[in-house]
Amino acid sequence: MLKTRVIPCLTVKNERLVKSVRFDHHRNIGSYIAAVRVFNARDVDELIFLDLDARSHGIRPSLLREVTKECFMPVTLGGGVRTVEDMQTLLAAGADKVALNTGALETPELIDAAAKHYGSQCVAVSVDVKPINGQYEVFKTGGTENSGREVAAWAREAEARGAGEILLTAIERDGVMEGYDLDLIRKVSSAVRIPVIASGGAGTSLHCVEAVKSGASAVAAASLFQYTQTTPALVKEELIRFGFPARIL
Amino acid sequence: MIAIVDYGMGNVASVRNALALLGAEGVVTSNPEDFERATHIIFPGVGAFPDGMRELQERRLIPVLEREVLESRKPFLGICLGMQLLATRGEEGGETKGLGWVQGVARKFRIDEKNFRLPHIGWDDVSVSSECPLFAGVSSTVFYFVHSYVLEPQNKDVHVQVASCSYGETFATAIQKENIFGVQFHPEKSQKSGLLILRNFINL
Repeated sequence: MLKTRVIPCLTVKNERLVKSVRFDHHRNIGSYIAAVRVFNARDVDELIFLDLDARSHGIRPSLLREVTKECFMPVTLGGGVRTVEDMQTLLAAGADKVALNTGALETPELIDAAAKHYGSQCVAVSVDVKPINGQYEVFKTGGTENSGREVAAWAREAEARGAGEILLTAIERDGVMEGYDLDLIRKVSSAVRIPVIASGGAGTSLHCVEAVKSGASAVAAASLFQYTQTTPALVKEELIRFGFPARIL
Repeated sequence: MIAIVDYGMGNVASVRNALALLGAEGVVTSNPEDFERATHIIFPGVGAFPDGMRELQERRLIPVLEREVLESRKPFLGICLGMQLLATRGEEGGETKGLGWVQGVARKFRIDEKNFRLPHIGWDDVSVSSECPLFAGVSSTVFYFVHSYVLEPQNKDVHVQVASCSYGETFATAIQKENIFGVQFHPEKSQKSGLLILRNFINL
């Protein structure tokens, strides 16, 4: 049985591991390498690593290589990817999957080109969402600009262009730890047939279970693993208790 | 020295990192002399079948690989796309001729996509059906997959299709033909069990 993945998400700014609240107030929480080592030692299912500075400062392959060298599990790298060449840079730095966000919203053909060359399984489209007047809209540039696109339509377009996965983040839930946006998860996971990774809002193991019940194929979390005693293994035990397959060692 | 085939696609660094952890020297290369010097060859890969074949041809890698693998019989391990390219032909993005070292076709999953999302991404259970040296001593057989296509070998004998996995259909997860091995999952990304597979391979 395919296991439900539990994925720690790490974000980096000014060479430090940071955790934001609603995509703002980035708090320095330490060394990203130390965090990567801990998660590798804990044998997590997968890791997402996003360089928030890449958009303005450019992609830093040496920083990314430092991370992937420590990872014997699959890693999705993201931040600042605008071209297929950028994608090659991330893959060469050890990414198994590459997250496309603003680059894909500005040039949707990037998804087609990436999937054609590297295969869909390599292309994760990261979608940051906020409800605006009763509609879920997709934001770009680190959640600061409304792209004007409705989330289900964009997810379907990304899938049709060859995305292999949707990393779905509810901006308003980010760092709040009061639960995922379950309506958003239901909406997007029923709109596409590719896996959806839920992100934004996990504060307890039960929140993760709710996200999976709502249709997520995988759950990503940051604050949950940084600020509480909950580990990815505990989340997986909870998933199993509710009848969802998970990988326990 | 273990030659890791560099054909400009996907993540090859992680295989080298995994070999380093095992104390083995992996060289990511497309230089024919390295394949002649190597004791083992690993062919990793993510990517699309037609692009993979085109890159192999453009880098003129096929003759040297055929010489070292089919004639000199060096142990060879294809990973993911590297396994699929062993097939006679691939169906991804139109019909493409493969290396043809294993009779069979690399085709899309034939499953009900309402119940099984594609790509098949994540950790899944593998059942090992015959004594294959790659799986010696591997007790936990949960491995990491990321693919939408599978290699369907013509010969489904358990000594060819040495392991399988079920995701809407049962598919070949590991194959062996003498010195040629292929795994659909990513041993370099499957933590301890995956590293054991790689160690078994380099000890051949």
